[in-house]
Amino acid sequence: MNRSPYITDAPTVSTIMFKVLLALVPGIAAYVWIYGGGILVSLTLATLTALTAEAVLLKIRQRPVKPYLMDMSAVVTAWLLALALPPLAPWWLVIVGTFFAIVIAKQLYGGLGYNPFNPAMVGYAALLISFPLIMTKWPAPLLLAEHPLSFMDQLHFIFSHSLPGDIKVDAITSATPLDYLKTQLMLKHEVSSITQAPIFGAFGAKGGELVTGAYLLGGLYLLQQRIISWHLPTVFLASLATISLAFYAIEPNHFANPLFHLMSGASMLCAFFIITDPVSGPTTPRGKVYFAAGVGVLTYLIRVYGGYPDGVAFAVLLMNMCVPLIDALTQPRVFGHK
Amino acid sequence: MSDIINFASNLIRNTFSKKATANNSLKDIFKFNGGVHPAEHKAESTTHPISKLMMPEKLILPLRQHVGHMPKVKVQVGDYVLKGQMLAEPEGSVSAAIHAPTSGTITAISEQVIPHPSGLPDMCINLVPDNKDQWTALQPVDWRNTDKKTLVDALRASGIVGLGGATFPTHIKLRSNGKSNVHTLVINAAECEPYITCDDMLMRERADEILKGIEIVQSLLGAEKCIVGIEDNKPVAAGIMTKALAASSTIAVKIVPTLYPSGDARRLIHLLLGTEIPNDKRSTDVGIQVFNVATVLAIYRYFEFGEPSISRIVTMTGNVAVPQNFEVLFGTPLHALVAAAGGAKTNTTHFIMGGPMMGFDLPNDLVPITKAANCIIAATPDLFAAPPPAMPCIRCARCADACPVNLQPQELYWFAKSDNFEKARDYNLFDCIECGCCTYVCPSDIPLVQYYRYAKSEIIAVDKAKEAADLARERNDFRLARIEREKLERAQKHAERAQATKSEVKSAEIKPVDDVKEVIAESIKNEEAPASTDKQAAIAAAIARAKAQKLAAANTSDISAEKVTVLPTAPETKTPETKITEAKTPETEAAELKAKLAKQALIAAAIERAKAQKLAAAQAGDAPKNIENVSATVQAEINATDALREKAKLAVEAQVSKSKESD
Repeated sequence: MNRSPYITDAPTVSTIMFKVLLALVPGIAAYVWIYGGGILVSLTLATLTALTAEAVLLKIRQRPVKPYLMDMSAVVTAWLLALALPPLAPWWLVIVGTFFAIVIAKQLYGGLGYNPFNPAMVGYAALLISFPLIMTKWPAPLLLAEHPLSFMDQLHFIFSHSLPGDIKVDAITSATPLDYLKTQLMLKHEVSSITQAPIFGAFGAKGGELVTGAYLLGGLYLLQQRIISWHLPTVFLASLATISLAFYAIEPNHFANPLFHLMSGASMLCAFFIITDPVSGPTTPRGKVYFAAGVGVLTYLIRVYGGYPDGVAFAVLLMNMCVPLIDALTQPRVFGHK
Repeated sequence: MSDIINFASNLIRNTFSKKATANNSLKDIFKFNGGVHPAEHKAESTTHPISKLMMPEKLILPLRQHVGHMPKVKVQVGDYVLKGQMLAEPEGSVSAAIHAPTSGTITAISEQVIPHPSGLPDMCINLVPDNKDQWTALQPVDWRNTDKKTLVDALRASGIVGLGGATFPTHIKLRSNGKSNVHTLVINAAECEPYITCDDMLMRERADEILKGIEIVQSLLGAEKCIVGIEDNKPVAAGIMTKALAASSTIAVKIVPTLYPSGDARRLIHLLLGTEIPNDKRSTDVGIQVFNVATVLAIYRYFEFGEPSISRIVTMTGNVAVPQNFEVLFGTPLHALVAAAGGAKTNTTHFIMGGPMMGFDLPNDLVPITKAANCIIAATPDLFAAPPPAMPCIRCARCADACPVNLQPQELYWFAKSDNFEKARDYNLFDCIECGCCTYVCPSDIPLVQYYRYAKSEIIAVDKAKEAADLARERNDFRLARIEREKLERAQKHAERAQATKSEVKSAEIKPVDDVKEVIAESIKNEEAPASTDKQAAIAAAIARAKAQKLAAANTSDISAEKVTVLPTAPETKTPETKITEAKTPETEAAELKAKLAKQALIAAAIERAKAQKLAAAQAGDAPKNIENVSATVQAEINATDALREKAKLAVEAQVSKSKESD
């Protein structure tokens, strides 16, 4: 019988997913430092929901539960979603989003390897459409907060949506810099004066840009480990930088500079952790370039002209739709073919 | 155009190659995409020199140890044969001879299990050695003073096949095809698969003989240049070879980086020369021929000493006490080889023939060593763990990065899995060389190569069935055309005879119309036609005669002749009036019909030719694509004449009804 090759040398799917989780750790650490330990609660909730939902669905679909749970892909989805949500998101929001991501976006399409859309982004988009108010209210970083919340306060807030003493919810939350910039621009303010607001840091959001930097660090680890190919993050960031630079060059008073776009919102998370999802992305090298460039341009356009503060989720989902076409049109030249 | 570019680039490269090969730098290498670096495991089997085996008790010689046709057995059970005596002679062009590896008695010629991935038995000759090892009278050839054609023809009887594992009969590769001139000979000594060291040891010990072999092949091919490609994990062999070849100005050793599958011929050519052989061409089409290093040595020994192909170097490695290389007589049972290597250790589960990337499981240790057996690995679960259950493909495209052919294995897997074979073919499934790199790097442990083997075999099976159906339809069409033609001729003859005897026959000018009309009348069997004139009487007579003849014909063999007569359909006979205006003159009709007959004869001839070609091709073992095209053309011609025939019939009918009206 011919069952060669007899030898293999490849990381397992679990190993790959584990390394992705590992690469998220610096980002999470920065997150905790800037926004407090509340994110750990969200991560735990999302992880438990994802694993439970995955297990139940696998059971219903009569698939082996253990090997598929052990592949860790559900945990990656859970973490990415939790990190995309506002830091003090109520417990039910995390659970609903994760449930949607795992059940609707992943398992109903056939589970690991068969989902055409990035599950975390589907969950995020579902929440953004359903609960826009909660999704756009971000707490100020601890160092800026009028009333810095302790971990217990945050825990309490996540589960009961109430704050100690006479602190009002509005007092601890505000719009994100991306959102703030957009609304202020509509009020005919100029970029240079808007960015004087305390929520802006050197490049992006004050404090938030540190988290973004930590994601970049994790992304470089993934590149070094050859878990992701350089095409996607490089082209995405280049594409986002190029289009923002073009707009910025034409009218610097009306459009934010490229660095702001690179360091704000979910840009870095998207570059290294979201568009690098292999299942919902293209497989050919050229396809990856087109895909990442498309996500970059769409992200910018949605940020600047769309109705939502950040454009990453919808940009990724829109480009996910194009993947079969991109793959079919970017087949590389086979050896010996013209 | 690409040929010209290739030629030009080769020319430029040739000018610079001497300098590059002189210092053996890796800079002059033209890398291909992909490839993998499996653990080599070559050191284990290179500590001992090549050894010989004790004479086994019995040799089992499969008749088919090569690609191509089974040779014809020339001996009988009970015959005493001498070492080197031909036991089976090649039959057809792609075939190789089998020789007695030692002297002894033929004890059986029967089906036995052979070392083949299918595990199916095949015809084998059993030879029990008499331990005298007595040579037959060998006939060395003075290869320096013999013309090339004679030498190549002589090779046909040598039994030499490609010893790298492909086992393609060597004389075919040396035969001039008249089209292209081979300018470069590539000697494949890359030996890229893990564990295998037979070529390595051969180069270490017999470099001088290899050099002479290369000179012979070079002269036979007329190749002005030769490059020996050796992977850089064989520094000892490379050093010895470089030294041995130093005197030659046309042969150079070129070191290639260790990367599986550099030993694949097309990959090696690209590495050494930068030439990418087009997928639909052979390397000889661009002037390059590849020989394995062991094959050229066998060629030398055949010409110099008259020794046919009766043994080869085999690496016996893996879970045995003393892994090493042996010179093994073909037909030696595997257990004898294993015993010579100190025996397999207790936890050995089975044996693998070939390397761990492309080899296959042997059914047991009784199977013989054949010309294809470059390496035998004693396997244990520790060495080759059973793969874990496959996970779903996560489209990570690591396989695409590893594919040396630049295919998209993840897409091919998807198509093969869903039996979408057309799509798999579109994505160039048949360019896959089954090297196993994709499976090697797959995080989901999907047995990708197995999916491709499955899809290929399914597609080939479907193609074969379709080809058979096409051939059958072609034959049937031809037969129908022949029957129709014979009928027409017969009817015409009868009508002529009838007219000659009848005095009231109409004037000569409408005669052709009559002829045609009678034929049609007969075939239509229009019983409702009013019978009032002389013409009708003549027709009736003709029909009667034709019927009688048909009956006779049917009695002999042609039963389906009946079917032909009812070809024209009823609606056509019912509305002749509408066609009147379009009708051509009787002369044209007759001329057209005659032209049709002539054309049918041509078609028949063409079909016969195509058939003969196809048959010849089938016998030769490979079916050139242009045969398919020929039969397609024939089919088109048949269709065209069918249309013409129908048109002529309609026109004649119109004429008939017109004459009826005038009556």
